[in-house]
Amino acid sequence: MSNTIIRFENVTKAYDDTVVLNNVNFEIERGKFYTLLGPSGCGKTTILRLIAGFIQPTSGKVFIDDKCVNTIPAHLRPVNTVFQDYALFPHLNVFENVAFGLRIQKVKEAEVKERVANALKFVNLEEYQTREISEMSGGQRQRVAIARAIVNRPQLVLLDEPLSALDLKLRTEMQYELRELQQRLGITFVFVTHDQEEALALSDEIFVLNKGIIQQSGTPTDIYDEPINRFVADFIGESNIVDGFMLEDNLVSFANRSFECVDQGFNQNEPVEVIIRPEDLEITTAELGKITVQVDSILFRGVHYEMSCYDEFKNEWLVHSTKKVDVNSKIGLNFGPEAIHIMRLGETEAEFDKRLEAYEE
Amino acid sequence: MKNNRFARLALIPYALWIVIFVVAPLVLIAYNSFLDIEGHFTFANYGKLLSPVYMKMMFNSFFYSLIVTAVSLLVGYPVAYFISRTKHKGLWLILLILPSWINLLLKTYAFLGILGTAGPINAFLEVIGVGGQQLLFNDFSFVLVSTYIFIPFMILPVYNAIEKINPSLIYASRDLGASNWKTFQRVIFPLTTDGIMSGFQLVFIPTLSLFMITRLIAGNRVITLGTAIEQHFLVTQDWGMGAAIAVVLILVMAIVMFATRKIIK
Repeated sequence: MSNTIIRFENVTKAYDDTVVLNNVNFEIERGKFYTLLGPSGCGKTTILRLIAGFIQPTSGKVFIDDKCVNTIPAHLRPVNTVFQDYALFPHLNVFENVAFGLRIQKVKEAEVKERVANALKFVNLEEYQTREISEMSGGQRQRVAIARAIVNRPQLVLLDEPLSALDLKLRTEMQYELRELQQRLGITFVFVTHDQEEALALSDEIFVLNKGIIQQSGTPTDIYDEPINRFVADFIGESNIVDGFMLEDNLVSFANRSFECVDQGFNQNEPVEVIIRPEDLEITTAELGKITVQVDSILFRGVHYEMSCYDEFKNEWLVHSTKKVDVNSKIGLNFGPEAIHIMRLGETEAEFDKRLEAYEE
Repeated sequence: MKNNRFARLALIPYALWIVIFVVAPLVLIAYNSFLDIEGHFTFANYGKLLSPVYMKMMFNSFFYSLIVTAVSLLVGYPVAYFISRTKHKGLWLILLILPSWINLLLKTYAFLGILGTAGPINAFLEVIGVGGQQLLFNDFSFVLVSTYIFIPFMILPVYNAIEKINPSLIYASRDLGASNWKTFQRVIFPLTTDGIMSGFQLVFIPTLSLFMITRLIAGNRVITLGTAIEQHFLVTQDWGMGAAIAVVLILVMAIVMFATRKIIK
């Protein structure tokens, strides 16, 4: 058994003239937690439905376990889905909802009882077997839906924005539980969300999607620290993005000054986009800062203050700091060479990886 | 408060309507059912209902109503399912509802023409060599025409029930390994039982008291309670007996309504 469980080969999905997925290629490995992240309409749910078998690709091939499943209907695929609206059967109680898949497989009654009880125990609902679905709260329904998926022992569980209907506190709680559950079960989870914090917290690997194309894939830290383009940088966390150009390796110019950085492999004087994360900016006095800015507005975010500042070239700089400064005051911003991240304009993921490898060796 | 009073005033015409045309006739029927043909108070009408003649009629009414309802369901359910899966639902529904706007009597007469010895079906049977058949005036034609008339009232509630099912439940079922047939058996059908029950009420109850079709189409070979009531009021002039049958019929309908409502929950 190879380690790859899902493979997409040049998969395109179009409805009439609208292309939802555009020539997508990727692999999913066994036992990891994957997240498909992107704004609504980016194609993430389409990928999930292609894996589940609810829709067929317009062109290209979908492989499960190295077998092309294009012609295999949903009910014969070894995957189970947790739906956004849970899709629990209203005419069945909790036990029968979870037992549904087992009953279809004609599993023996004693085994059904044992496996349903186990699955419900996994999601802390062992006391609720005889409850009706209408008597369960949103969070509990969520757990029933998860139990119903894992009781069939699928190799792959697909989760379609399963936490989006829950309130913030419950959602955070369920995030921990989901992550723990995936690790205990050791099966592959493919999780769809538009919430970048959720994606960063849960995943082993994230696919960032936009306009039917996978923009970047990698571990949460990779994607956060080395976003490949403006879209990814903007979508994952807050970013300051300014235009600049590379003077030479390890030296970039923006805001009318040159700064030391750690990026290489560019042409001389190549125009680039420069990213600095708001939390990497350190507040100091106007004289000591590498950049001098004027504070425009300030918001209290709980853990930190968020300051919106402008430099003399009208570039906006978001700063996260526990220090509070006065609005309209002039402050200096300090940052190290590692805080600067350079993005080449229009670089694809493959080119990006190649360039990174070239100078890391 | 003022609004409330106005709302109550607005109810008056309807309340009057109900009292004059529903409550009063019911009271009159109940009252008449205790009068014999000379107008004296008696329980004899109800006693007669227990005689074999009327028991057979009662049985007939139930038997044929059940058959009509069952045929409506067997034919109507797949139709409802089909419509819910087509693109032009509105068009199909209109086509379905349209005939129910036509007067019942007209439709019945149309069937006399279609099924009659000079009708197109018999002409067809002649051509293929089967020879002419008497299609009218038997229980087959009765069930056929009654089903034709009442089937929209089965299809519509079932269609509504199917439409109400959340599509992700179908996906969930398939996702959990159920084939289309199993999905129908275990998800779609159970979730449409209330639609079926409403359809049952809407077809079964009116069929119980049918009388015109029994005479025109079934040539009085199928005698139901409805026929009996009509005959007593219009032919034998034994209003008391007709009223007694009507009272029993109303009670039976109430019981059917109550029983099916309980299943709907």
